[in-house]
Amino acid sequence: MSESEEQVRARLERVVAPLRHKPGPLLEVLHAVQHEFGYVPSTVVAPLAEMLNLSRAEVHGVLSFYHHFRHSPPGKHVLQLCRAEACQSMGARALATHVQQSTGLDWHQTSGDGLLSLEPVFCLGNCACAPALMLDGELHGRVSAERVDELLASLVSLS
Amino acid sequence: MSTPVTIYIPRDAAALSLGAEAVAKAVAKAASASGNAVRIVRNGSRGLFWLEPLVEVVTSAGRIAYGPVLPADVPDLFSAGFLQGAAHRLRLGDITQLPYLARQQRLTFARVGVIDPISIEEYVAHQGYQGLRRALELAPVAIVKEVTDSGLRGRGGAAFPTGIKWQTVHDQKAAQKYICCNADEGDSGTFSDRMLMEGDPLTLIEGMTIAGLAVGATQGYIYLRAEYPHAHRTLLEAIAAARQAGYLGADLLGSGRSFELEVRVGAGAYICGEETSMLESLEGRRGEVRVRPPLPAIKGLFAQPTVVNNVITLGTVPVILRDGATAYRDFGQARSRGTLPLQLAGNVRHGGLIERAFDLTVRELIEEYGGGTASGRPVRAVQIGGPLGAYLPVSQLDTPLEYEALAAAGGLLGHGGVVVFDDTVDMLQMARYAMEFCALESCGKCTPCRIGSTRGTEVIDRISQGIDREGNIALLEDLCNTMFNGSLCGLGGMTPYPVRSALKHFGNDFRRRPAGRTH
Repeated sequence: MSESEEQVRARLERVVAPLRHKPGPLLEVLHAVQHEFGYVPSTVVAPLAEMLNLSRAEVHGVLSFYHHFRHSPPGKHVLQLCRAEACQSMGARALATHVQQSTGLDWHQTSGDGLLSLEPVFCLGNCACAPALMLDGELHGRVSAERVDELLASLVSLS
Repeated sequence: MSTPVTIYIPRDAAALSLGAEAVAKAVAKAASASGNAVRIVRNGSRGLFWLEPLVEVVTSAGRIAYGPVLPADVPDLFSAGFLQGAAHRLRLGDITQLPYLARQQRLTFARVGVIDPISIEEYVAHQGYQGLRRALELAPVAIVKEVTDSGLRGRGGAAFPTGIKWQTVHDQKAAQKYICCNADEGDSGTFSDRMLMEGDPLTLIEGMTIAGLAVGATQGYIYLRAEYPHAHRTLLEAIAAARQAGYLGADLLGSGRSFELEVRVGAGAYICGEETSMLESLEGRRGEVRVRPPLPAIKGLFAQPTVVNNVITLGTVPVILRDGATAYRDFGQARSRGTLPLQLAGNVRHGGLIERAFDLTVRELIEEYGGGTASGRPVRAVQIGGPLGAYLPVSQLDTPLEYEALAAAGGLLGHGGVVVFDDTVDMLQMARYAMEFCALESCGKCTPCRIGSTRGTEVIDRISQGIDREGNIALLEDLCNTMFNGSLCGLGGMTPYPVRSALKHFGNDFRRRPAGRTH
C-alpha cells in the first residue's frame, strides 16, 4: 500500500530538519531525499519548496538539472557503466553493447522484475584500470564481458 | 605475543576495484590462522596501477612490496614467509627503487601510498602541518607572497597564477570570505584529485587552512563529485581527525584564528567543474555558468570574495610553505614551475600517477613509463587534458608536457590527464562523442554550446553517412568556430579542440566510404 501524503510529508520533514539551516541547502536536501526514498518523487517538489522558502519552479529546476537525481525508483541493483574516453580506449563501447544485449536494458532503464537498473556514467576516476563500472557503489576495474556476466549472475543468485 | 607486523593494503578506489578489500580480508584471515600478529594499515595507492593490489610489509630491511596480489595468492605468500619479506614470484622489493617511482619528483604526492591517510600522527611524522605552523607565524601578505613567488599555477586546468588570485581575495574588504576547493574532477583520464583525497586528504585540508589564513577566510567548502564515494568517506574521516586534533575549528593550534571546512557533494553535472557553475551549485542552484566579471575572487560564493582552487593546487600549498617558494620554484621549466602529477590512462600497459617537473614529452611518458599500449598495437592518438583536450597524432608525440608547449601544438595540458588510443580508434566516432558529451552536459545558458553541440552531432552523422561530405566538413569547421568564439565558458568553447584536432590530423576517418554504400 502506498503511503499517505501525510506520511510522505513526515518523512520529508525528518530529512530536511537537520539541513534547512545550512546556507544554500537545496542540493544537500535533494541528496538526503534520494537517500531516504531511493529517488526524488515529483510529489515532494511542492512541500520541499514550502519548507525551504523557495518557489516550486526553483526546486523543479534544480532537480531536473542534475543527472544524479532519479525521478523513478531504481532497481534493487544499480549498474553504472563508464562511457568516457579512457574507458572507450579499452573497449567500453563493445562492453556497453554486450551489457545492453544480455540484459535487454537501454540506458536509464530498469528491468521488469525490478532487479537491475542500467545507468551511464562519465568517468569514475579509474581511468588507468579501464574499462570501469560501479555496481551498487562498488568500483570494478579492467572489466571484461565475462567479468560483467559473472557480476550480473551473482545478483540473480543473490535475489 | 610478538610485536605485530605492519602490512599496508590500499583503500584507494582503483586498488579496491581490483580486489584490495578481498586481499585485506584474506591477509587478516591467514594471519590469524597462522597465529601471526599483524597490523593492517589501509593506505592510499602508490599509483602504479598494473601492480595493484599492492601489498607492502614492514620488515627489518624496510618496506617490501608484493603485487599484484590476488586473494588466492595470500596463503602462498604466508607460507613463503612474506611477513619477513621473503622471496616470492610477486615480490617487488623496495617499491621506491622501481624506476617508475624512483624517476619521479613527488612533492604533492610525497605521502600518498606511504602513510595512513587519516592518521594525524603519521601525517605529522611525515612533515605534515609544518606549512601551517609556518603560515601561522607569517602575516597574510607574506603567505600570499610565498605562493606567488613559488610560481604555482592552477592545476585544475586553467593554469592561472594562484598567488595573484589569492592577492585579489586578500585585498577585498568583506565580513565573510570563502575558500572553495573544486574537487569535481570530471575529466576522463584524470584521477589525481581522487588519489590525493583518498591517499593524503590532510594535505588538502592543510592547504585550504593556509589559504584561509592568507586571504582572511574562515569557511571552506570542498565541492566533491558524486562519482567519488570513496574519496567522500576518506575526506570526512580526515576532517574529523583534524578537528579533533585542533587543526580545524575555532582556535587553530591555539592561535585564536579559525577555519571550518565542509564537504558538499555534486550531483553528476560535468559543467560544475567550471568555477562559476560550481559556485551556483554550492549555493543550491542549477549549475549554470555565471557571466564574468565580476570574478569569483571579488564576488564569488554567496556574493562574497572567494578563492576557488583545484585539489592539487591547494594540496601543494603546504609543501610550498614548508620548504619555501624558492625550493618549489627550482623545479620546472620556463613558466611551468614546480611539479605536475600526470595521469597516464586508457590503452596503456603501465598506467598510473607520474609526478614530474614538466620535463617529459608525451612520447617519453607513454613509452618509458607506460610501456606502450595495453593491446600491444601501435599508438594512434593521444588525448591530453580531458574531454575538451585535443587529440595529438603520433607525429606530435615529441611535444613537451608543459603548458606553453602544448598550447603551441594546438592542445592543452589541462589537469594533466593523458589518454592513449591504439590504431583501432575511429576518430570520427571520438569527434562525435565530444559533441554528444557537450550536448549532454551543457548548462543551456548560451546558444553556441546548447544548440551547437546538438547540431554538431547531426553534422558529423551526415559526414559519416557520406551526405555532401566536404560541404558538411566545412560546416563543422564553421560550427566549431562559432562555439569556440561565442560560448560563455570552456565547455562549449573548448569542445572544438577534440573535434578540430580529429578533423585536422585524422581527416581520413571522416572521408571513409560509409558502411552499406557501394559507390
